[in-house]
Amino acid sequence: MAETNGARKSLGAILVDCAIAALITFVIAAPIMGLRTVNSPGGMTLQQHWGKVLTAVAVVFFGRLVLQLFVWNRSAESRGLGQLVLRLAVAALIGFAVGTAVCFLTLGADNMSLAAAMENALLAMPWNVATLLFALAVFSLSYGFFPRNAAAAREGADAANMLEPLGDLFKLALLVVALALPFLPWSDRYILDLAILILTYIMLGWGLNVVVGLAGLLDLGYVAFYAVGAYSYALLATIYFPLWFPDWLMPYAFWIALPLAGLLAALWGIMLGFPVLRLRGDYLAIVTLAFGEIIRVVLTNWADFTGGPNGISGIPRPTFFGIPLDSSDEGLAARIGIPFASIQRIIFLYYIILGLALITNMVTIRLRSLPIGRAWEALREDEIACRSLGINTTNTKLTAFAIGAMFGGFAGSFFATRQGFISPESFVFMESALILAIVVLGGLGSQIGVVISAIVMIGGFEAFRNLDFLRAVFGNEFDPAQYRMIVFGLAMVSIMIWRPRGLVTRREPSIYLKERKAVSGELVAEGRG
Amino acid sequence: MESVLREIGGVNWEYFTQQLINGVTLGSIYGLIAIGYTMVYGIIGMINFAHGDIFMIGAFIALITIIALGLTASAGLPVLLLALLLVLAIAMIITSVYNWTVERVAYRPLRGSFRLAPLISAIGMSIVLQEFVRINQGARPKPMPPLIVGNFQLMERSAEQGGFVVSLSYIQIMIIVTTVLLMAVFSVIIARTSLGRAQRACEQDRRMASLLGVDVDRTISITFIMGAALAAVAGLMFQLYYGVIDFYIGFLAGVKAFTAAVLGGIGSLPGAMLGGLIIGLIETLWGAYFPIEYKDVAAFAMLALVLIFLPHGLLGKPEVEKV
Repeated sequence: MAETNGARKSLGAILVDCAIAALITFVIAAPIMGLRTVNSPGGMTLQQHWGKVLTAVAVVFFGRLVLQLFVWNRSAESRGLGQLVLRLAVAALIGFAVGTAVCFLTLGADNMSLAAAMENALLAMPWNVATLLFALAVFSLSYGFFPRNAAAAREGADAANMLEPLGDLFKLALLVVALALPFLPWSDRYILDLAILILTYIMLGWGLNVVVGLAGLLDLGYVAFYAVGAYSYALLATIYFPLWFPDWLMPYAFWIALPLAGLLAALWGIMLGFPVLRLRGDYLAIVTLAFGEIIRVVLTNWADFTGGPNGISGIPRPTFFGIPLDSSDEGLAARIGIPFASIQRIIFLYYIILGLALITNMVTIRLRSLPIGRAWEALREDEIACRSLGINTTNTKLTAFAIGAMFGGFAGSFFATRQGFISPESFVFMESALILAIVVLGGLGSQIGVVISAIVMIGGFEAFRNLDFLRAVFGNEFDPAQYRMIVFGLAMVSIMIWRPRGLVTRREPSIYLKERKAVSGELVAEGRG
Repeated sequence: MESVLREIGGVNWEYFTQQLINGVTLGSIYGLIAIGYTMVYGIIGMINFAHGDIFMIGAFIALITIIALGLTASAGLPVLLLALLLVLAIAMIITSVYNWTVERVAYRPLRGSFRLAPLISAIGMSIVLQEFVRINQGARPKPMPPLIVGNFQLMERSAEQGGFVVSLSYIQIMIIVTTVLLMAVFSVIIARTSLGRAQRACEQDRRMASLLGVDVDRTISITFIMGAALAAVAGLMFQLYYGVIDFYIGFLAGVKAFTAAVLGGIGSLPGAMLGGLIIGLIETLWGAYFPIEYKDVAAFAMLALVLIFLPHGLLGKPEVEKV
């Protein structure tokens, strides 16, 4: 990322720079992309895919050229006609490159030697003309769009906060949409399922926000508490409640187990937290990661108790105060005299998770203005000062850990009741990373940031299922879902580089003198540990 | 079966010795990866979460080079060793380019940013590397017949006592010798060369170092390159030793190696090696005498215990808290 603020580079220097970038790309791409190992009967063999390598090299070379010419290396004085023509000529070249890239993918660059791949590039001429026009349009438009350098861009982005003009109105609108969602005309089962998933992650994000955003404790094993909640509910509802309780109480299983699951998760939070919370920063991170893994390994291997890798199935659905949501005569639909439809159950689940998430949010907001919440934030900013002022840091950290864990437990039992089936597969490290990513990308400590980034991340994740039209462009073998995770990873990296403080950089102070003023995220020390 | 063996004729020292050998071998591999973590953490204070995946990349490049060169066990040991040196060189160079690029693209723009930003970026990069390999190489494990076969028989337990042969295979010797050699080379680099001095200076105070004329960016880049080169060695060794790799090996190996680095005291080179050995031994011995499914639990529990009682690791320097 060359942030050149100084003198402009000559075209020659730019070309050399791009050539180096292309060379590095070649070194990176050649073995892994160009030579695919294939298990064949006679042992491993290599399949050649040089088309892909050339595509990658071309994309990097020309992509960097564009950035050098149009974004990084621009000055206001250089807008003469000659410069423009030169730049457009380069844009034409870029069009050629993009065309070539598309051609490689469409003509099936599989198992092709280097020479054959080159030959194919010439066949792609018609593609090139089309993409060239497109590239010309895009780059001429972008010419005036990018700020002159990245530093200025960052300042500009922070000054004009995305949500500043909307503020509370935006939150209210979001809440109204959330409440009305099941009754909107375009809401179908798919949308509701997606909304439930997003809300689950919003709730998990809010729970983790207490630990990481408010108390500044980096927890890489949050999924452990999610798992404890899920397994607590599943085991209680399928094995223990039938032993303990009379039959008439069974329809209430979810509502009895939900607080229990939360409490159990909180208990685990305290048990795990007590020995390790003395650790600072990254040590805490790695120990929590280890705990997450330990819980998963135990869940997988303690087959007598947890069902092992097969998991637990037949987890009962929640009921509306004891009234099941099914097609039977006692079902809710029959009792209030409307025809039964399976979507009613989904709507019910949607409102449960919405309620749970809103409770999480409200509790967090209220806690922030209580002494304990202030102690969390003070602890995050300066642990030594806190200790000197007589705050019991261990207890303060422990409460944050336990409350975060409790919300994770609630979300876990909701997950179990919604799926009806759980297995250790659902509680891998990737989930912890995803939740942490949602919190950090949204802007640590910001409640609305979690909502936005959960919608962007999970929604974006889901959108990959609907990209089948790309097959028309890239050929039938192209499966967009394959590229879901890599795009997710790239997004994590680029959002961090673009906005290290997350999407929402505004922070609401929890205590203030006379008047509430928002502060920039740059001024608080989140997740310092 | 092992437990039956142990019951016949008292303590089965032969079995124990064999496990020690296996543990040291595994520990050497962890140690090589752990050095990458510890050096990067020492110099810029971040967990390079993608380092485990750099190790995986190293293993894949080694595998691809071995197939491309057409190496088989029938080539004879001297030829194989020479060829493996070539494989090692190629894997080290390409893996270094990977890590250099990762640092350049994902970490350098975030230098001086708040603490979690590089960590999230590193987790993102770890996903990218894994998926890059999965998409291009396929998700199925890649088995390879063993290249280096043969072993020395060290001890033998008589048949009436259950019969057990302690063997030290050539590949185990190779792994341990290479690790010791590399450790020696790296210790000298850190202690004696100007590069090592620059690294130690950056570790203590980056700003002061840059004021005194140390090129901090270059030093950090070189640190990443060195870490990757060692990870590539570990990758090749892993590939040769276990004979099967897939795109996901980096995660668990990375977590264990980071555990090793923390255990030994993060920032300390001998500590990383020691931590690696301890983790390798715990894992192997646990797997030999207790339910093998819980060997990871044992390693992680050990980490938690050490950190609780020795928060700075075995060989780490205690940090002075500054107000």
